[in-house]
Amino acid sequence: MRMFLAIVMGGAVLLLAFWAYQENYRTRHALSEVRKVRGEISLLREELGVLRAEWAYLNRPERLRQLAELNFPKLGLLPMTPDQFGRLDQIGYPKPPELVPPEGELEGEQNND
Amino acid sequence: MTDHLPPKEEPRSPLRPLARILRARDKGENPDLIEKENLRRRHEVMRDKSRRRSEGRLLALGLFFIAGFVVVGARMGGLATSLPAEPRLASGAHITSARAEIVDREGRLLATNLVTQALYAHPQEMVNIPHAVSELKRIFPDIDEVKLREQFSGKRKFVWIRKTLSPEQVQQVHDIGEPGLLFATREMRLYPNGRTAAHVLGGASFGSEGVRAAEVIGVAGVERQFDERLRDPARLAEPLELSLDLTIQATTREILQGGVKLFDAKGASGIIMDIDTGEIVSMVSLPDFDPNDRPLPLTSGDPGDSPLFNRAVQGVYELGSVYKIFAVAQAMELGLINANTMIDTQGPMTWGRFRIRDFHDYGPRLTTSDVIVKSSNIGTAHIAQMIGPSRQQAFFEQMGFLKATPIELFEAASGRPLLPAKWGELASMTISYGHGLSTSPVHLAAGYATLVNGGTLVTPTLLKQSGRRMGPRVVSDGTSAEVREMLRAVVNEGTASFAKVDGYDVGGKTGSADKPKPTGGYYKNKVVATFAGAFPMSDPKYVVVVTLDEGSQFIAGENRRTAGWTAVPVTAELIRRVAPLLGVRPEIAPLAESGIREARNTQ
Repeated sequence: MRMFLAIVMGGAVLLLAFWAYQENYRTRHALSEVRKVRGEISLLREELGVLRAEWAYLNRPERLRQLAELNFPKLGLLPMTPDQFGRLDQIGYPKPPELVPPEGELEGEQNND
Repeated sequence: MTDHLPPKEEPRSPLRPLARILRARDKGENPDLIEKENLRRRHEVMRDKSRRRSEGRLLALGLFFIAGFVVVGARMGGLATSLPAEPRLASGAHITSARAEIVDREGRLLATNLVTQALYAHPQEMVNIPHAVSELKRIFPDIDEVKLREQFSGKRKFVWIRKTLSPEQVQQVHDIGEPGLLFATREMRLYPNGRTAAHVLGGASFGSEGVRAAEVIGVAGVERQFDERLRDPARLAEPLELSLDLTIQATTREILQGGVKLFDAKGASGIIMDIDTGEIVSMVSLPDFDPNDRPLPLTSGDPGDSPLFNRAVQGVYELGSVYKIFAVAQAMELGLINANTMIDTQGPMTWGRFRIRDFHDYGPRLTTSDVIVKSSNIGTAHIAQMIGPSRQQAFFEQMGFLKATPIELFEAASGRPLLPAKWGELASMTISYGHGLSTSPVHLAAGYATLVNGGTLVTPTLLKQSGRRMGPRVVSDGTSAEVREMLRAVVNEGTASFAKVDGYDVGGKTGSADKPKPTGGYYKNKVVATFAGAFPMSDPKYVVVVTLDEGSQFIAGENRRTAGWTAVPVTAELIRRVAPLLGVRPEIAPLAESGIREARNTQ
């Protein structure tokens, strides 16, 4: 009995050691993955910064003004003027649809019949 | 053995107990057997005891191991069930180039960081120095070949060659194939909009430079003023929001540049300020520079000639007739006069041995309103005499004209007004029409905003504000309303008739001040032309101050230098372009001829 228990305990220790080492390897692998992802993140952040700067550069007012002037025949863009402000009551809303009652269903007519 | 006996142990039973031995001898048995048995019993007891002791020790050891494993298991379980979190960056003493971005009030980028490479050399590792130097000269034409050769041939182990490189230049240097030329990584400050908002942003350069990173520090303007906050690690992700509007700033620059070209001016400045909050929506000073490539400051001559000079903030000028409204406003506030009081304008006015003259002869008397509309120096001087120098000084102190503006620029401190040596009656008279006291255009803008907004003090600021800011009261509501009427009359009937803009009720005052000679006296044909105005005058929202330095144009048979011909048309064009962008709705003009005016809120 004692021998059996000792063997069982020994086996359990071996299994636990095996499991612990597996966890260790998995942890190390996860850490290296994290390091790789962090490196990728910083590269992407750098790229993002460069792209934002480029976008701001391409959107600068002088360039947009030159583009508007260059493409004037096609776009016809001019600076805003004060007479381009409108009021709400100047907007032509469409007329509401006329309500035509269906044939023979007026209450008054039926009663009078 | 005997000294280890514990105190409580019983006396040991003897190996040869007398009674039993004697009985055994009598029976004829061997008494040694008794001894052996007793010895055996004694040893058994000892064995039991030692076994118990070692069992206890094993148990203790086992418990320790179990405790150790339980702790490890508990920690693993804890880590497995806890939420993952980003580890915080280790803040060391290493160089970091991290700097917060600067954006305008709508979130558009004004200043950002860009990764770049820098070039350095290890002369001790270089293989072919003359070839390297000639190749570098080919790639960077502005490099000093002689100095570089000298640096490479000396004992130096580390030589910086270039601080920023474009990717193409990196490839070209790499193609030289010199092992002693190495690249360092760093971030540089980039201003995508170029010359727009150049003076406000200032510029940045490198502080301590390392191979992995270099410190970016602000050199002028907002970059220097907020250097600490921009480098604060806790606020790196939060961009610094300025009150500028990039669209308005670009438009102002374009129009001012057109004005400078048209009137052949030496320089110009334009400020648009929100009256309710004191936010500066655009501030332009010409000539300007590219903050990406900041020129060196002038070492000799007038610092005002350098493009780095901010004419809106640093430039202090005797602004001339634009100051007349402050004397009139103070006199009305003190109850000394009202808009229709007749003021003596008989010229020339003498005080001691000084003579004060008007541009034209305006007759013996004018109403206060006409003093402003026609811009009479003599009338204003009389009003100043009514006020007195000490009260005038106190009023100017309240308005903030006697100290540098609180604007958030590093250069603001050098825009300190030039005060007269002695503020006596003569000084107060000349100051009343704008000579004798030199202030900057920002002072003027803040002063005008204070007068037309109902009378509460307006402090200029470059940071985005969250809403209206009410300062302490300087003049009453009634005075403010009268002032607005007078300024409107200047545009409708007076010297600023070119400022009429369709749909926007513009009011303001012109000032054409002769430039003082550094040796004393004034130039005869050099004028700083200013127009300070606000719109829409029925409920002012924005103050516009435009100054032109030595602008002149041959119009209608004569060389015109006064503000009415130079600064005013520029301002009119500016308001026409900028008001729709600011979202100010034009008004349908009231019928002035009917004599009936619209009811107006003075608040």
